Amino acid sequence: MHPVIDVQGAVKQYGVGDAAIFALDGVDLQINQGEYVAIMGPSGSGKSTLMNIMGALDNLTAGKYFLDGLEIDTLDENALALVRGRKIGFIFQSFNLIARTTALANVELPLAYQGIKGKERRSRAMAALKVVGLEDRINHEPTELSGGQQQRVAVARALCTRPSLLLADEPTGALDSKSTHDLLDLFDQINAAGRTVVVITHEDDVAARAKRVVRMRDGKIISDTVNKSVSK
Amino acid sequence: MSFFEIIRFAIRGLNSNKLRTTLTTMGIAIGVSSVIILLAFGNGSSKAVQAGIEKLGTNTITIQSNRGGFGGGRASASRSASSKPLTVGDAVALSDPIKAPDIKQAAPVAGANTTCTFGTNSSTPGSFNGTWPAWFEASNTTVAKGTYFTNEDVTEGRRVAVIGNTIVTDLFTGVNPIGQVMRCGGIPFTIIGVTEKKGSNGFQDGDSLVVAPLTAVQRSLTGYNNLQSIVVQAKSAKVQDLAQTEINTIMDAQHKVKNVSNRDYRTLNQASLLATTSSSSSVLTVLLGMIAGISLLVGGIGITNIMLVTVIERTREIGIRKAIGAPKRAIMTQFLIEATILSLVGGFLGVIGGLIGSHFKIVGVQPIIIPSSVFLAFGVSVLIGLFFGGYPASRAASLRPIEALRYE
Repeated sequence: MHPVIDVQGAVKQYGVGDAAIFALDGVDLQINQGEYVAIMGPSGSGKSTLMNIMGALDNLTAGKYFLDGLEIDTLDENALALVRGRKIGFIFQSFNLIARTTALANVELPLAYQGIKGKERRSRAMAALKVVGLEDRINHEPTELSGGQQQRVAVARALCTRPSLLLADEPTGALDSKSTHDLLDLFDQINAAGRTVVVITHEDDVAARAKRVVRMRDGKIISDTVNKSVSK
Repeated sequence: MSFFEIIRFAIRGLNSNKLRTTLTTMGIAIGVSSVIILLAFGNGSSKAVQAGIEKLGTNTITIQSNRGGFGGGRASASRSASSKPLTVGDAVALSDPIKAPDIKQAAPVAGANTTCTFGTNSSTPGSFNGTWPAWFEASNTTVAKGTYFTNEDVTEGRRVAVIGNTIVTDLFTGVNPIGQVMRCGGIPFTIIGVTEKKGSNGFQDGDSLVVAPLTAVQRSLTGYNNLQSIVVQAKSAKVQDLAQTEINTIMDAQHKVKNVSNRDYRTLNQASLLATTSSSSSVLTVLLGMIAGISLLVGGIGITNIMLVTVIERTREIGIRKAIGAPKRAIMTQFLIEATILSLVGGFLGVIGGLIGSHFKIVGVQPIIIPSSVFLAFGVSVLIGLFFGGYPASRAASLRPIEALRYE
């Protein structure tokens, strides 16, 4: 049984020579099936870069990254699209829903790109929207939904493909405290169902809900602790 | 990802900015319809010129003297000492059914240059012909109102005249011209008929015409020596070449021509005139087609422009789509289809517009649609969509998701 995420000696370099900046400077990280991990750190610590690497959106300058045992850097464009579609569910700070498109159509989108058709697609999307508690809002467009609701649509979109990994980048950054609370409850629920959740955040109360907290600074992991108050 | 699904995405994309979609579609529609209309106009005008010439009679051969006319008497005299004018005798010889089996009839024409007046109105006919009744059929002229003059009018030398529509409007506005007496060069002519409207053949007004009995015109206006021409009608357009040979044989004998390269007469064949004008009007059609083609091209560039703007504007959306697993091909196809739909709908509307627009006369010319131009314009517009949409589509598809997502 290999880990869901296996980052080995990851280096990400921007610029060359004197201007070179190491966003990641030798990072090793393993995350296993069913874990709930918060990655914390100040701006410029490399946590977003790490998230992009884990999400197969960016590639490494040096080192290796295995997602579910697949070495991501060796994959071509089409294989990457498949990995993003099937293995990863993304949640972004700015929701990133498709404008002028209903909640249902937004959730169906990744399923559509996987070639899932008609009834099955609709029922899976409906099920995901039910999980996030928006079954009565399926025909609303993003502009007709509150921030919290939009983010829950995004969660539904990430969930409906049944990914190995749910990756959330500052998911509560644009939400009020009530919506934040609801969303984190949702994450707990998703994790309790056995899904691996990785949350990037700089908010302590968000990190407090995770079972494991990884802290980063200047492209390096400075601490990796089990959150005793959560995991019993 | 099914193809149908991508088409739905494309339509949704186009729907989200209706004004822009409409304007781009219009660009293509205008291009396509102008191709169709301008080509139809060119075609229509060339057909109109051809019809005008055909009205003059395609089986008509006109014989003119090389002696007088623009060259002047002296120049011709030096060319051929024995040159003779065209005579009524020539016309009679040409009418011989044994020597000239393919000639239906021949009519001598004496042309006068004169001004006709009625009351205070005056008009100078483009042609004032003294001739025989056979001329009417040979030159494909029919009388719409009143009657033709007869062979008896010719033998009696009666001063009667058949006039064209232009003369009617010049002289007889508000008056029934039949039975009126107009004066041409001071000589009174009684109007007995008005010809069918002929229109212009592109070179001269076919309705600025006075036709009177040969004898009357010769006696009062031109004198007996100088026939302007002899109009010969072949039995059909098919035997025109045979008729031409017969004319040459008879005329060479009549005029004692020794050297056929130095005849004192020449023949004008309507069919060859037709060939010349149709080739010159096809140049016009090609020219119009080129202008229209340019406007179609401009429409195509409009599509590229709009699609580029769309790709930039939707960079973030492309990033999202890629992040949730859209393959490169799906993005590429979506944008290509958007461009193709624009040009397809534009082309379709353009065809409709072109078909409707071709029903209206433009400067008196009825456009005649060239069917192949419809398919050509439509096909080209679709190809333009694929071609000009291709670059923006591949640009969209090659966006890296990480950069596209950062784009604001």
